[in-house]
Amino acid sequence: MKRDKYKVITSNSTHGPGDAGRTGSWRVERPVIDYEKCTPAKKNKAACHLCWLYCPDGVVTKEIKPQIDLEYCKGCGICAEECPTKAIRMIEENGLPEKEEK
Amino acid sequence: MKIIESGNVAAANGVKLARAQVIAAYPITPQTPLTEKLSEMVESGDMKAEYIAVESEHSALSVCIGSASAGARAFTATSANGLLYMSEQVHWAAGARLPLVMCVVNRGTGAPWTIWNDHQDSMSQRDAGWIQIYVNNHQQIIDTVIKAYKLAETVSIPVMVCFDGYYLSHTYMPFDIPEQKLIDEFLPSYHFKHTLTPESPENLNTVTMPHGRNDAEGAWRDGYMDIRHSHYQEMRQALRTFQEVDSDYSRLVGRGGDPLMATYKCDDAEYIVVVMGSLSNRMKDIADELRDSGTKVGVLSLHVYRPFPDEAIREVLESARGVIVFEKSISYGAQGQVFNDIRAALYSGKKRPFIHNYIIGLGGRLIKNDDLIIAIKNSKSKGEELDNEPQWIGLNR
Amino acid sequence: MTEKKTTALNLTAEEFMHPGNRACSGCGLSLLYRVGLKALGRNTITVIPPSCLTVTQGLYPIAATQVPSLNVVFASTAAAATGVRAALKAQNKEHINVVAWAGDGGTSDIGIQALSAAVERGDDFLYICYDNEAYMNTGIQRSGTTPMGVVTTTTPIHGKKQRSKDVPAIVAAHNPSYVASCSAAYPLDFHDKIKKAIGIKGLKYIHIHCPCPSGWGMEEYLSIKVGKMAIACGLYECYEIEDGVKKLSGPSAKLLNKKKLTPVADYFKTQSRFRSMPEDLIANMQKEIDERWETYRNENA
Repeated sequence: MKRDKYKVITSNSTHGPGDAGRTGSWRVERPVIDYEKCTPAKKNKAACHLCWLYCPDGVVTKEIKPQIDLEYCKGCGICAEECPTKAIRMIEENGLPEKEEK
Repeated sequence: MKIIESGNVAAANGVKLARAQVIAAYPITPQTPLTEKLSEMVESGDMKAEYIAVESEHSALSVCIGSASAGARAFTATSANGLLYMSEQVHWAAGARLPLVMCVVNRGTGAPWTIWNDHQDSMSQRDAGWIQIYVNNHQQIIDTVIKAYKLAETVSIPVMVCFDGYYLSHTYMPFDIPEQKLIDEFLPSYHFKHTLTPESPENLNTVTMPHGRNDAEGAWRDGYMDIRHSHYQEMRQALRTFQEVDSDYSRLVGRGGDPLMATYKCDDAEYIVVVMGSLSNRMKDIADELRDSGTKVGVLSLHVYRPFPDEAIREVLESARGVIVFEKSISYGAQGQVFNDIRAALYSGKKRPFIHNYIIGLGGRLIKNDDLIIAIKNSKSKGEELDNEPQWIGLNR
Repeated sequence: MTEKKTTALNLTAEEFMHPGNRACSGCGLSLLYRVGLKALGRNTITVIPPSCLTVTQGLYPIAATQVPSLNVVFASTAAAATGVRAALKAQNKEHINVVAWAGDGGTSDIGIQALSAAVERGDDFLYICYDNEAYMNTGIQRSGTTPMGVVTTTTPIHGKKQRSKDVPAIVAAHNPSYVASCSAAYPLDFHDKIKKAIGIKGLKYIHIHCPCPSGWGMEEYLSIKVGKMAIACGLYECYEIEDGVKKLSGPSAKLLNKKKLTPVADYFKTQSRFRSMPEDLIANMQKEIDERWETYRNENA
């Protein structure tokens, strides 16, 4: 009896980014980091990283100069709110996002 | 080894021989002795399995769903309202294509409460996507439980092994327990294609779009309806697969044949009686009795009800003048489920015998041989005259 | 906690969630799941009933999570997790963590029967309930844990008339191996409690107060801030229950030194769901909180 003759199609997902498409298109404001104020950037060593810790979407990197992945950042602004040195500002998105959902 | 024991104990021995690894069950009459026996086998060390004493039937099937998804052969059993309570999970297990085996010890459903036998419980789950097999005696119970695992794990569809409460579950009959080494040869270790494992992480049973969608790599994956279609197709294939499973089993164990249905003196029969379950044993005696008085009666005892073996049924019934379906369940406002399925199967045949429907034995109502004989004789004299309503026999009038 | 506390500096940078998932902007659960998986690691199987997490984890065929996960029906979470654990035991794969992760409706309402049975049996897995205090995935209907006075779409005018169920206390009454409560605003406390829990045999239960901007009626950027306010005013507590003894932990333990906590009214003002709260109910709740904390201070003196 060959088991492999049956396809067994089920709803089994495999992992990858962008299940909801490019969620950066959800944003109405984008975070901008001022590295003059950002603690790890200023000290030039690992420090603080609260923007990375609190980001619900994991789009901030844990680096000396933190980077934000704007392709997926939903623009919630938690990073700006929680930054102890107020190094992150939320600025208005202008224009329409480039591409829609995949 | 031949022993004399109850049908429930026969089922438990089948589960043990199949080396089920996880058993979860909740007591309900008349299934209870089956799970009592299994808990005893596990606790005494006779059987190596995890026995989970759950708080409900819903959880019994939930545990089995968890186990079967995570790589272990699982078993549960229930009856009547227990089956109804787990109904959500009955559908879920099939949709997830989990190769579970469950014994349904057939009992009427409430309200009002009844603890006695009919087929309304498993019939209510007819369209849940499980394979349903109805068996006639203790030997078939133990053999079918074992075969059911091989079938389920081959086609990735769960199997319900249905047997009559009391008539089979609590009566004692001799049956043979096959040797473990034969069963080990027959049934390889548990198999499920999408087993949960950190090595290749998959999310199972996720929300699925109507039309399908690309995966993260950009490859197209089908949607909900396509998943249902593949389930349907593989369900149809299971008819042949079960015959293959059965011939493998007969080769090793020396017992089998007629996996889809058993026929008795149907070749030359003018009238063929269709039944499911334990009643078929008595029906053969009745057929002989009627043959003695000159009416050529045959018996078709249907084992596999889902997938429905319509072609094979048509082949047997086509040559008869009349078909008489006795069934222990009812589709309210319509007719019996088995009757309607058989009538539909005959519709596309070259010849269409007349077909009559009798509802019997609901909630354990005594089924008298005389009533059955009168019904068959009535059908013979009514002939082609159509019945728009099923005839209820054995009512207090 | 006996071990060293995890900090933002030493928390692993490895991510187990993919970006671009379906969680709402500013979702407390999204943060929790992301940090929780860091604590659990790859050797984990999650069991998920219908909830925001079902959606966050991804629609077929894309999974936003990198750990194997079993989606199950609403009432079955704990029983299905028991089944997964039993299967792993049967295969000698006991090193794999089994985690049931459900919402407050899935836990306090429809899932409580299966949960109660699993705790009673002492089945070996971690049950996490993220409590955003209503059925958020279906559109903010009241649940067993919705607090009194809260406006939801099924308590639309006057707010919920009943008190919330104390689920950790219900679980604790079964005497499980470990019960903890924490807040999404303190993800590192949650992280360390998971670490501790998975080192313990038997059933472990963690309850998390989980801000939900759309369900609570507040701006998305406030999730952490409002979560912290709920702790700071003493309305919600982070604690652990071991051997039947409840002990305040993490941010709540630090409050014991304070004579006076922030007013609960300040917390209520941050969210539109409390808009129907009558003044006397607020005053009453303040009184209860004050009395409760007075007892804690006395016990700790």
